[in-house]
Amino acid sequence: MIKLNVNGQAREVDADPATPILWIVRENLKMPGTKFGCGIAQCGACTVHLDGKPIRSCSTPVSAAEGKTITTIEGIAAEDGTLHKVQQAWIEAQVPQCGYCQSGQIMAATALLEKNPQPTDAQIDAAMAGNICRCGMYGRIRKAIKAAAGIDTAAKVEA
Amino acid sequence: MGKWSRRAFIGAGVAAGGALVVGIAVRPGNPIDGLSPLLTDGENEQLLNAWVKVDTDNIVTAVIPHVEMGQGVYTALAQMLADEMDADWSKVQILEAPADMQYVSDSIGRDFLFPNLQVPALIEPTVAGGILELAQAMGLQFTGGSYSVRATGQRAMRTAGAAAREMLVAAAASEWQVPAAEITTADSMIIHAESGKSEPFATFARAAAEQSLPAKPKLKSPENYKIMGQPKARHDIPEKVDGSAVFGIDADVPGMKYAAVKAPPVIGATIESMDATTAKTMPGVLQILNMGDFVAVVADGYWQAQQALGTIDTRYSKTEGDGLDQDAIFARYASHLDEAGEDGGDMQTEAGDITKGFTEAATKVEAEYKVPFLAHATMEPMNCTAWVRDGKCDVWSGHQAPVNARQAAADAAGLPFEDVTYHNAYLGGGFGRRSDSDAIIMATRIAKATGYPVKMIWSREEDTAQDHYRPSATSRFRGGLDKDGKAVSWDNIHTHLFDPADAPTIPHYNIASHRIRKVDVSMHLRFGPWRSVDHSQHGFFIESFVDEMAHAAGKDGYAFRRELLAKSPRHLKVLDTAAKMSGWGSALPEKHGRGIAFVPSFGSIVAQVAEVDMSGPKPRVTKVYVAADPGFVVNPDGFTAQMESGIVYGLTAALYGDITIKDGAVQQSNFHDYPMLRIDEMPEVEVTLINGDHERLGGGGEPGLPPIAPAVTNAIFAATGTRVRELPIAKHDFA
Repeated sequence: MIKLNVNGQAREVDADPATPILWIVRENLKMPGTKFGCGIAQCGACTVHLDGKPIRSCSTPVSAAEGKTITTIEGIAAEDGTLHKVQQAWIEAQVPQCGYCQSGQIMAATALLEKNPQPTDAQIDAAMAGNICRCGMYGRIRKAIKAAAGIDTAAKVEA
Repeated sequence: MGKWSRRAFIGAGVAAGGALVVGIAVRPGNPIDGLSPLLTDGENEQLLNAWVKVDTDNIVTAVIPHVEMGQGVYTALAQMLADEMDADWSKVQILEAPADMQYVSDSIGRDFLFPNLQVPALIEPTVAGGILELAQAMGLQFTGGSYSVRATGQRAMRTAGAAAREMLVAAAASEWQVPAAEITTADSMIIHAESGKSEPFATFARAAAEQSLPAKPKLKSPENYKIMGQPKARHDIPEKVDGSAVFGIDADVPGMKYAAVKAPPVIGATIESMDATTAKTMPGVLQILNMGDFVAVVADGYWQAQQALGTIDTRYSKTEGDGLDQDAIFARYASHLDEAGEDGGDMQTEAGDITKGFTEAATKVEAEYKVPFLAHATMEPMNCTAWVRDGKCDVWSGHQAPVNARQAAADAAGLPFEDVTYHNAYLGGGFGRRSDSDAIIMATRIAKATGYPVKMIWSREEDTAQDHYRPSATSRFRGGLDKDGKAVSWDNIHTHLFDPADAPTIPHYNIASHRIRKVDVSMHLRFGPWRSVDHSQHGFFIESFVDEMAHAAGKDGYAFRRELLAKSPRHLKVLDTAAKMSGWGSALPEKHGRGIAFVPSFGSIVAQVAEVDMSGPKPRVTKVYVAADPGFVVNPDGFTAQMESGIVYGLTAALYGDITIKDGAVQQSNFHDYPMLRIDEMPEVEVTLINGDHERLGGGGEPGLPPIAPAVTNAIFAATGTRVRELPIAKHDFA
C-alpha cells in the first residue's frame, strides 16, 4: 500500500510504485480532472502540484509522492466551494474552449502566482510555456493570470 | 423521393410553411413520440418540439443537435432560440440531443446535398421530406463545416424558438379570451397589458402543445434582438475550470478495464505475427489480443496495459505503401501535374478566354507552392469506452457525428442500431479528427472480444502516427498583368484534396480570365477533414500568389487586393478594416514586416494583417489584426475566441506543422517532433467584427484559419525579400 496525501486527505493505494501519479489519481482515486495528453511531459495537461510545485504527473512515479502532498484541480477551490481566484479569472476572461488542457493550465498558473504574486509578461510566458492549448487560448490565459494577480482586469463577459 | 409518412410528418410539423427548416416536432400524440422519453424528465415537463422544452419551473431548455468541442455552439445556438422565444436567458438550460436518427440535422443535409437549390415554396415540404430521408441515410448529425450557427441556428433554432413562442401566445389568447396580437412576451413571461394579466410560459406549456403548429413563425429583425449579438458567457465554461467537465476519456463504467493499442506503422498493413511472451507475465495484464489490424493489451490499469504493449514484438505484412517516402510523394504530385500540362486535369472553374488573357498580358508571373501533411493533435488523444454484452452495446466517447459513431459501433458489435446506446461527452478538441469513427470501431471490437467494459486510449504516439491527415498538396499558378499592373489572367492547377469545392476558386477577385483545374493523386495514407479543410491549403496558395502578382506589378499587397475587390463593397470593407487596424503603410523597425491576406470561407469574410520580427534566429509573429464579417455575429466574444483559436491552429501549422513519410510510415510521434505553438510565441491578436448581412450568416470555427499562413509568409517577404513557397516556415533558414 502506498500512502498518499491528496487534496488534504490521506489516501492509500495498492499499485506498482512506478505507476505515474496521473494514472493513480485518474483510475485508482477516480479524480479525472487531471488529463492525459502526451505521456512524456511535453504538453502539461497532467500538471498537478507536489508539495505546491507544479509537476508533470504523467512522468512522475507515485513513489515520488510518498510523504508529500499532491494537489489536483479538484483540490484548489475553498472547502465551501468558492473557486480559486485563478479559476474565477478563467471564467471572467472566458478562457477555455474545448477545456481539455485547462486543468493543467490552471494548476501551472496557481503555482506561478503562489511563488510569484506579481509576475511580468516574460515570467508568465516562462511559467506557462510547458502547457499546450490546441484551441490557442494563450492570449486569454495571459489576461486571466494578470487579472488574478490584480495586475490587469480582464474584460468581463455578461453572465 | 422519401416515404410519404415522412411527408405527412413534415406536412404536419412546424416545417410545413417553415421554408428551409424541417422542424423535428415532438409532442404528445405525434407519430414520432418515441423520442419524448429521451428528452423528458418525468411528468412535469412538456415537450413543445425537438429543439425546445418548457418545464413547470419555467425553465426553457434548448436541445442542441450539435456537439460542443470548444466552439461555443451550445451557447450560441441557445441564444438564437431564446431570443426568438423571448426567454429569460438566466433560466435557459442546454441539453445535447441524443444520438437518435430523428435528430439528424436536415438543414445541414440540405446544404451538403443541394447547396444552391432554390425550391418553390409549394413543393418545399416534399423536398424537405426527401432531404430528411437522405440526410438520415447519410447519418448526418454532424458538427463541422462551421455550419452550426449558420444552418441549424439560423434555420432551425430560431424557427423553433419563434414557433414555441407563438404557440404559447396562442394558448394564452385562447385561455384569456383576448386577441393574440394584444399579447406580448418577455423574459419567459406572457403578458396582456390591457387586462394586467401576466403568467410564466410554463402556465401554458401543456395547452400550447394542443395548438396548431404555426405555418411560418415570424422571426425578429435585428433591431429587436435582445440576446443575439450579445457577448453572453459560455454555459460550458464553469465546469471546465474545476475539473468536473466530463470528456470521452473520463467515462467511468463499473468493472471497466483499460486497453492500450498499437496499429501497424504503415497504414493498410496487418499483424503477421506477434511475440507477447513477456507481456503475458506482466502485472495487471488480462488479455492480449491480435485484432488483425492492431494489437490490444487489456489490463487492470492503462499504464500497465501500455507497459506490456511496449514489450510485444510484432511483425507486419508488406504493403504497397511500404517503400514510399516523402520526396516520392511530392514527385508523384509533380508528375501528375506535368502530365496534365497546359490543358489537362479536371476543370473546376473557367471564365473568360484564358489563352487571350495570357497573350495580351504585359507581365507574366509563375509560381509553385507546396504544403505538407498535417495531424490534428487534439489535446485529448483518441479514445473510446465500450461494453458489449447480452445483445446490447454501450459506447462512450466524444464524436462530431454521434449518429455515425452509433452506427459504427453497431456494425463493429454486429448488432442492430437500436441495440446500441451511444453516450457522447465533451470533445477534447475536434478540428475534424473526431468526425471519423476508427477509435469507436476499435474499442467496440475489443469490448466484443472481452465481454466486459473496456476503455481504450491511444497513446500520443498512436494519435500522431495513425491520424486521418490533412493532405499535402502542390499547386501551380500562372498569372498575367496588363501594362498598368492590373491582374487580367489567372491559371491554377493543383493536386486534388477534399472540399469545400469553392476553396480553390476566387469569385471575390475581379480577374477577367481565369481557369482552375485539379488532378487526382492516390495514396495509401488516410485523409480526413482538418480545420477549414481545403481552405487551409488554398488560402495559402491563392493569397501567396496574389502577393507575388502584386510585387510583379510594383504594387503593395493591400493596394493590389483593393483593385481586385473594387466591385465588392462588402469585401472591401473587411480588407480596409484590417489594413486600417494595422496602420498599414506606417514605418516598422528594421527587419520587421507586415503581410496581408484575404480569404472568404464558410460564408464568412476574413482579412488579416500579420506583423513579423525577423531580427532573431527564427521568425517571430508579433501581431495579428483581424477583420471578420460573418453576416451577423451571434456571440461577439465567442466569435472573437474562434478567430483567436483559428489563428493559433493555423499559425502552428504554418510555422511548424510537418508530418513526413518514410518507408510508408509517419515519422513523427509526439509533441517533441510535432511541435505546437506555445504561449511564449503567441502574437497579440486584435479582432474587429462587422455585421454585413444579417440574412445570410457565415461560420466561425474555421474562417479565422486560412488567412494566417499567407499573411505571415507575405510579411516575411516584406521583411526579408524571401518568398516562402513551401510550408512549414521552419523548413527555411532566414539567418
